[in-house]
Amino acid sequence: MGSKLLEIKNLNVSAEDKQILKGIDLTINKGEIHVIMGPNGSGKTTTANAILNNPNYTKTGGTIIFNEEDITNLKTDEIARKGVFMSFQLPEEIPGISVTNFLKYAKNKVTGEPVKIFQFKEELKQYMESLNMNPNNIERSLNVGFSGGEKKKNEILQMLVLNPKLAILDETDSGLDVDAIRTVSKGIEMFKNENNAVLIITHNTKILRSLEVDYVHVLVDGKIVKTGTSELAKEIEENGYSKYKK
Amino acid sequence: MAKSKLEEINRNIYDIKNKDDYEYKIKKGLTKEIVEEISKQKSDPEWMKELRLKALETYNKLKLPTWGPDISELNMDEIATYVRPKTKLNSSWEDVPEDIKNTFDKLGIPEAEKSSLAGVGAQYDSEVVYHSMKEELLSQGVIYTDMETAVREYPELVKKHFMKCVPVNDHKFVALHGAVWSGGSFVYVPKGVKVDIPLQSYFRLNSPESGQFEHTLIIVDEGASLHFIEGCSAPKYNKVNLHAGCVELYVKKNAYLRYSTIENWSKNMLNLNTKKAIVDEGGQVDWVSGSFGSKISMLYPMSILNGKNAKTEYTGISFAGGGQNLDNGFKVVHNAPNTSSVVNAKSISKNGGKCTYRSLVKITENAKNSKSSVSCESLMLDDFSISDTIPVNDIQTDEVEFSHEAKIGKISDKTIFYLMSRGISEEDAKAMIVRGFAYPISKELPVEYAVEMNNLINLELEGAIG
Ligand SMILES: Nc1ncnc2c1ncn2[C@@H]1O[C@H](COP(=O)(O)OP(=O)(O)O)[C@@H](O)[C@H]1O
Ligand SMILES: [Mg+2]
Repeated sequence: MGSKLLEIKNLNVSAEDKQILKGIDLTINKGEIHVIMGPNGSGKTTTANAILNNPNYTKTGGTIIFNEEDITNLKTDEIARKGVFMSFQLPEEIPGISVTNFLKYAKNKVTGEPVKIFQFKEELKQYMESLNMNPNNIERSLNVGFSGGEKKKNEILQMLVLNPKLAILDETDSGLDVDAIRTVSKGIEMFKNENNAVLIITHNTKILRSLEVDYVHVLVDGKIVKTGTSELAKEIEENGYSKYKK
Repeated sequence: MAKSKLEEINRNIYDIKNKDDYEYKIKKGLTKEIVEEISKQKSDPEWMKELRLKALETYNKLKLPTWGPDISELNMDEIATYVRPKTKLNSSWEDVPEDIKNTFDKLGIPEAEKSSLAGVGAQYDSEVVYHSMKEELLSQGVIYTDMETAVREYPELVKKHFMKCVPVNDHKFVALHGAVWSGGSFVYVPKGVKVDIPLQSYFRLNSPESGQFEHTLIIVDEGASLHFIEGCSAPKYNKVNLHAGCVELYVKKNAYLRYSTIENWSKNMLNLNTKKAIVDEGGQVDWVSGSFGSKISMLYPMSILNGKNAKTEYTGISFAGGGQNLDNGFKVVHNAPNTSSVVNAKSISKNGGKCTYRSLVKITENAKNSKSSVSCESLMLDDFSISDTIPVNDIQTDEVEFSHEAKIGKISDKTIFYLMSRGISEEDAKAMIVRGFAYPISKELPVEYAVEMNNLINLELEGAIG
């Protein structure tokens, strides 16, 4: 077991005066894959946003330690530069900024080093091939006019290029066809190593099939109500959440 | 965070003030004596002197516009309309006085001339101080010179076109221009000559409490083509400066003209400029315009499509910060069959700045089978900036395709969060979104100007988050 990468202690989060997260505890070590499952509206996306300190969510209690550093109140970009990445459930569209330029810019910010153009282009080409992405898309405006699947793959591409220490994937598999889910899975496999970790938010186990999942957490109404192994994911896929709801 | 302070001092290169070191500065105000004195200083031919005096009469008769931004702070008694710098017209930068040359150096003009331009004109206050064009264009019969030289050396050509496209009585500030105009560029491209590399004129106003009234007259003869670039800037003073230039473009049969402008006047400038093009059969004029500076701008380039199959495109962006009111737009008159116009206008406002897109699309009964498509989009960077669209569409025939689309939006928190989650700071994220918004326009500009525009956007956004 690797050393501690992320430690969330008693996290309470509200938005617009509504209490959403009610005391989350979660520890992720290097080398692990964690899964969060939970009914719609239970607070999964909120958890991801809170880790990256989205200013639209208010932390009313708790701390988040990343790599032995308190990141609870850091700005989103600082947290990202420390190595946290999130694949968005609904990626934003940015007209007029091409995928390549965006990635080059972000990579420079995240690594703090100048990007070697040739090497970068090669890397990009290879990743896109592995993700079955249309190579022409890199010159298009970021996510503008992309299909749902293309947007999600583009998130995985960003993860591979930015190479974070912790990747949070918020329903990256939702709305994807079987082949695309397999591709996303493959992307996660490519990314994963002993020194990083992945937190997958999902509703089904297809994306998990080829991955070695360490822990599955069930999130209901802002609380983690059960933690288990990959068996738990299968059980939930079959029986739903009713057992865990009050 | 110290914000407005930073903005004030950070226009860096544009704000270099030279000493108000002129050879001659006419006394402030606008009287018959002053206009006669300007005419004398410039050794006008008789017809020009008459034109000036008639224009002054017209100016005195016309009222201020009753619409648009409030320009009542303009007091002509406080403006010197003619300032002659301490130099003659030069054809070598070496001969341009040090302080003036330094200014243009910092604006990158001599550099651009070497790398990417076929000719350059540089005006400092009321007079053109440098003009030069590549030998090969000269041998093809292209004329590119300052307006005064043109009046002297090409009297027929000038007399036939000068203030015929924009008549003196067009509006009050055109009349003012007619009375006190000085400097500007004259271009004639002979039939069939394609000028592949752009010509550029740069207008710099250094003198406080003064006005710049340059006159640009371009004739692109049948089948010829030209790309003309106009740049302008001024350092900031406490009192109002005035710019009332006039641009007249004649695009003859099957000719092509692209007219690009980057305007970065200082924020004490009233920019009341008038630009118009007359396009003959099969001709095309494309306007590309970036408007960043000025306290108040009222600028509505106009294309008059007089011949069948004539075309025009307008691609423009305005960026207004605090205290700026940029009332810009485009006018087009479709006066012949099968003519077409395409408008792509964008505006950005922040810190309480105001951008208005004001337009006219007129399609006359003659203009059957014409097409016009207008798209304007505004981006407001905060809750107290203002954006407005005031289109007037006057369509007199049914046999046309016309579309108008307007969008007003804000930068969403979600988009900023998305970019920040990729390690990009809030400031950089905003700049990135704005650059992306402006990209369809900046990509139409010459490369150096696209870079300059991005720098301007970054400058404008620096410290904008607090
Ligand atoms: N910005 C917000 N403002 C107000 N309520 C929010 C906001 N974001 C999420 N919520 C609410 O919090 C709850 C949890 O949302 P979310 O974390 O998106 O759920 P999940 O991702 O598990 O489906 C929902 O009831 C949702 O409506
Ligand atoms: Mg969600």
